[in-house]
Amino acid sequence: MSGQIEARFRLDRGDFRLDVDLALPGHGVSALFGHSGSGKTTCLRAMAGLLRTPGGYVALNGEIWQDEARGLFLPTHRRALGMVFQDAGLFPHLSVRGNMEFGQRRAAAGSVALGDIAELLGIAHLLDRRPAQLSGGERQRVAIARALLTAPRVLLMDEPLAALDLKRKLEILPYLENLHRELDIPVIYVSHAPDEVARLADHLVLLDAGRVVASGPLNSVLSRTDLSAVFADDAGVVLETRVAEHEADDLTRLEFPGGTIYVSRRPEAVGTRLRCRIHARDVSLALVPASQSSILNCVAATVVDLAPTETPGHMLVRLAVGSDPMLARITRRSAEKLGIRPGLALRAQIKSVALLA
Amino acid sequence: MDSPDLAAVWLTLKLATVVTLLLLIVGTPLAWWLARTRSAFKGAVGAVVALPLVLPPTVLGFYLLITMGPNGPIGQLTQALGLGLLPFTFPGLVIASVIYSLPFVVQPIQNAFEAIGDGPLEVAATLRASPWDSFWSVAVPLARPGFLSGAILGFAHTVGEFGIVLMIGGNIPEKTRVVSVQIYDHVEALEYTQAHWLAGGMVLFSFVVLMALYTFNPARKKTP
Repeated sequence: MSGQIEARFRLDRGDFRLDVDLALPGHGVSALFGHSGSGKTTCLRAMAGLLRTPGGYVALNGEIWQDEARGLFLPTHRRALGMVFQDAGLFPHLSVRGNMEFGQRRAAAGSVALGDIAELLGIAHLLDRRPAQLSGGERQRVAIARALLTAPRVLLMDEPLAALDLKRKLEILPYLENLHRELDIPVIYVSHAPDEVARLADHLVLLDAGRVVASGPLNSVLSRTDLSAVFADDAGVVLETRVAEHEADDLTRLEFPGGTIYVSRRPEAVGTRLRCRIHARDVSLALVPASQSSILNCVAATVVDLAPTETPGHMLVRLAVGSDPMLARITRRSAEKLGIRPGLALRAQIKSVALLA
Repeated sequence: MDSPDLAAVWLTLKLATVVTLLLLIVGTPLAWWLARTRSAFKGAVGAVVALPLVLPPTVLGFYLLITMGPNGPIGQLTQALGLGLLPFTFPGLVIASVIYSLPFVVQPIQNAFEAIGDGPLEVAATLRASPWDSFWSVAVPLARPGFLSGAILGFAHTVGEFGIVLMIGGNIPEKTRVVSVQIYDHVEALEYTQAHWLAGGMVLFSFVVLMALYTFNPARKKTP
């Protein structure tokens, strides 16, 4: 199962250069993250074969789709992929069911049941509607279902939430997380929204000006202090936690290998996995446990390293909290006053936790 | 209406139907190519297709007469094939009409294909549809309003032609004498009553066709 997705593209369009060499895991969600113009969508289109790059190479779990060095190029319709576009791209002349069957029939993907997929994406009641009668969020869910019904070996998603307002986004995200849990299809997810990446990605590729700046497991990239410029104010890490207990005073205790954190009461059952995002700007450092503080969440941490940030007078400190990394943004003055240096054991106070589910 | 008039009406409808069908067959790939190509010849081909819009029918008819005549390249070919000569025959009239009405069919279809853009075809490709498949299953259904406009305009324009019929078809009853020529004959002969019937019928027909086109064509409604 754990194959690999390899892709190499080089493209020179004068004002835009792309030069990437990607090796992505063959399972889970890999996010291609970068600002607009960083080449992430171009990468995705090249993987799909919608854009042919001279010298390009694409292989999925050892099956070669493109190797221009050997003159091999499979056209898009012969690649076992599913693609979800930013604007859904439903065919207006077909019903929802017609749209979903379009790819299913051509892929001869008998093993995937239309009903099951419709159920998974919550669109079973929409099958006889026309695309024009759907909301933006529903349209995007139909597009995802349509792509999945071709039994793809990889699902490519090009900013599937970018055209939606916040409410619709929140409506779709749980379905994407469902897919993540229930289907064993690698997903390559293009996004410029740090929130989506933090919530969905397992593997993160940072692109800037057509080059790969970093590529690796989500937290190992998020916690790199040398990339603070990319994330700016959004710098922070993601913790995989488990709901441990709902306590009497309306707080829920979440556990992760490095400690516990408390959040407002959650609806999830005990044992549920929850992703939390902890921004560097919300973490402060103390040398002694602060008993006289309103900040509830305080975990033991060790300083790994520290680096200056884009914000004048501030430093980004990388911490190890158990096996998880964490980032804290503090002023340089505080860093000097406290004598922050690699190896120092201290307390990380977490002022707020963003729950990603 | 007497029987020569009815024969002219029947011939006109037959001509327009055959020409429209041929135009859809010839015009569709041409419109597709013009809509999708990045070739340097696009401008030239588009201009040739549009020429009948601006040229007087007599100019077009003159050159067709020469090309299809006994010494013209097409005339020599048809003779060699044992088909005889095309001018002053129904097939000759059909060929001339196809050329004359070509832009009226190609342009609406081309516009419709262009309006579809790359998006739906790329989506179709990611859903395993080959280019040939997505042409029929996506492009043609989406361009339906363009096909409708093209067919109606092509049909109506063929019904309304006169100059090119005189040049290529002449005035042979039941072979090339269409309504417009019949009206001309009636007027020449000062048979104004008969002329009125046919002319009035043409006005009514053209009005109804154009009204249908402007009222029911969704492509026109959509334009902001």
